[in-house]
Amino acid sequence: MQTDLAIIGAGPAGLSAAISATAAGLKVVVLDEQPVPGGQIYRNIETLAATRPAHLQWLGPDYAAGLPLLRHFHECAATYLPMAQVWQVGHDGRVYYRRNVANEGAVGIVHARKVLIATGAMERPLPVPGWTLPGVMSCGAAQTLLKASGLAPDGRFVLAGSGPLLLLLAAQLIRAGRPPAAILETSYDFWGALPHLPGMLGLPGYLLKGLGLLREIRAAALPFYRGVTRLEIKGRERAREIEFEVDGRSFIEAVDLVFLHQGVVPNGNLALSTDIRHHWDDLQKCFRPELDAAGRSSSDMVRVAGDAGGIVGAVGAAAMGEVAGLAAAADLGSIDAAEFESRAAAARQLLTRHRAARPFLDRLYRPRQQWVAPTDPDTVICRCEEIRAGDVRHLVAAQNCPGPNQMKSFMRCGMGPCQGRLCGLTAVELIAETRGQTPAEIGYYRIRAPIKPVTLGDMAALDVPSRHDAVNP
Amino acid sequence: MFKLLPESNPLAPAVTVVVNGRSVAVPQGCSAAAAMLMHGGGSTRTTPVSGEARAPYCMMGLCYECLMEIDGEPNQQGCLVIVREGMHINPQLGKPGVKP
Ligand SMILES: Cc1cc2nc3c(=O)[nH]c(=O)nc-3n(C[C@H](O)[C@H](O)[C@H](O)COP(=O)(O)OP(=O)(O)OC[C@H]3O[C@@H](n4cnc5c(N)ncnc54)[C@H](O)[C@@H]3O)c2cc1C
Ligand code: FES
Repeated sequence: MQTDLAIIGAGPAGLSAAISATAAGLKVVVLDEQPVPGGQIYRNIETLAATRPAHLQWLGPDYAAGLPLLRHFHECAATYLPMAQVWQVGHDGRVYYRRNVANEGAVGIVHARKVLIATGAMERPLPVPGWTLPGVMSCGAAQTLLKASGLAPDGRFVLAGSGPLLLLLAAQLIRAGRPPAAILETSYDFWGALPHLPGMLGLPGYLLKGLGLLREIRAAALPFYRGVTRLEIKGRERAREIEFEVDGRSFIEAVDLVFLHQGVVPNGNLALSTDIRHHWDDLQKCFRPELDAAGRSSSDMVRVAGDAGGIVGAVGAAAMGEVAGLAAAADLGSIDAAEFESRAAAARQLLTRHRAARPFLDRLYRPRQQWVAPTDPDTVICRCEEIRAGDVRHLVAAQNCPGPNQMKSFMRCGMGPCQGRLCGLTAVELIAETRGQTPAEIGYYRIRAPIKPVTLGDMAALDVPSRHDAVNP
Repeated sequence: MFKLLPESNPLAPAVTVVVNGRSVAVPQGCSAAAAMLMHGGGSTRTTPVSGEARAPYCMMGLCYECLMEIDGEPNQQGCLVIVREGMHINPQLGKPGVKP
């Protein structure tokens, strides 16, 4: 399939880019591994609104705001490929994908003149003892089940960790009549965030919304522990209780389920696999691609928009997508520079306001060091290969291992099917702390395509060029 | 571990799937992993490394904890596979293809 612009991700960023780019005359293909468009925030919004409208009330107005965006997307001329997992993007503009339909893997290539990566965010892992037990999931998983299938946790459960999404999920579950038994907050620093407050003032509605969520949670009168210093989930074949400490006092809650969350970071493996330049963002505590204001990266072919380029939130992601779609049209000669300036002006302003508001939130919920570099040596950090925090610390100290890629030659940390998505940032923080260096100095795993499992048969079916040709500029 | 909320899919039909050999109804459009979380009990796989019990963690395609056997095919990412009438969904024990 030939196209002008291939967009990977049908969240607010990818959808807005598709709308603005098609309006500016480009041929656009949007690929997404989910069955329906909307991304993480607007997941399943159209079906949900049609089949169980009562749930819209619980999920809230920010969720319902996805409906007009999706209507515009359906009206635009973009081609949409659902259930298409993209496993490689080449600097020659080839986008390799696999349709994820049970027993019917079908592979294909989109040949594009420009590629926009809009793969969104993922939750930062919160590795604590017992987090691999069945019954422990991420807060995002609970929210996904609520949106996608109308499923709510059954039994007694707690939410633990930090970040706005944890509070949003708590409020959504309270409204749905399934309040958590307790909320255990691990990181919160109002005084540290205060100097960034002026940046928030451009979006007064956000501040009020946040306070509104807290009020709703307080009104539900459930135990809300702030300043948790230790967390441990216990059980044999599944989670049975959670032990935690606040102000030197220990508590135990019996649980059937635990939902963990520690903010969101870019879902970066696809962007990383293209070798575009990345840098460490110390406020968001993650690596992010180096981009210009229109999402252009260090490669002429590849652009990035939305949370994949650094967390900006749903509205910011949509604004950034709109600008990136127009920039692609301008770079391909479909509109001229003056036309770009006038069409992109409003979205750029909106993006600036949302970017300015981020540091307050980033700082308010910035994870404390103990939660990103576990001190308990037995805590599993690589779920796939069952590597523990102590293994990494010991290797670094004993062998003077300088970074995550060298670590891979000693142990299989980061080499399982998830390709380091769930351990990468933890490994970097552990190595940095043990060596007394910064994560920026340590660097990240070298990520290589395919970033999703593909079979040799898939490769053969496509006549894929060697890794080197396809990935490097 | 999970239950349908009231008025969950009054307008959408249910699909019958076979979880752990038992026929059960799940909402149309839900994933195989969600079907397991509704009807499959606790764990959905054991790890090839130590045999530990695990279950879906992220529900968005990142962690690969939801690897399961779907219609006899091992190593399927259950959170990204949408149920179909009559689908057989089973846990994955140890290394795929190696029966313990
Ligand atoms: C689990 C979760 C829940 C969230 N819920 C909320 C919420 O309720 N409210 C809120 O304000 N913010 C929420 N956020 C934050 C939110 O993700 C963003 O602010 C917003 O959705 C970002 O939009 P985006 O377009 O950048 O990315 P996303 O909305 O994340 O969209 C990215 C899309 O890319 C697709 N994708 C990723 N990799 C590939 C690949 N290799 N091949 C094919 N497709 C791929 C994904 O399926 C996804 O649909 C959530 C984040 C997470 C991780
Ligand atoms: S539950 Fe994480 S990949 Fe399916």
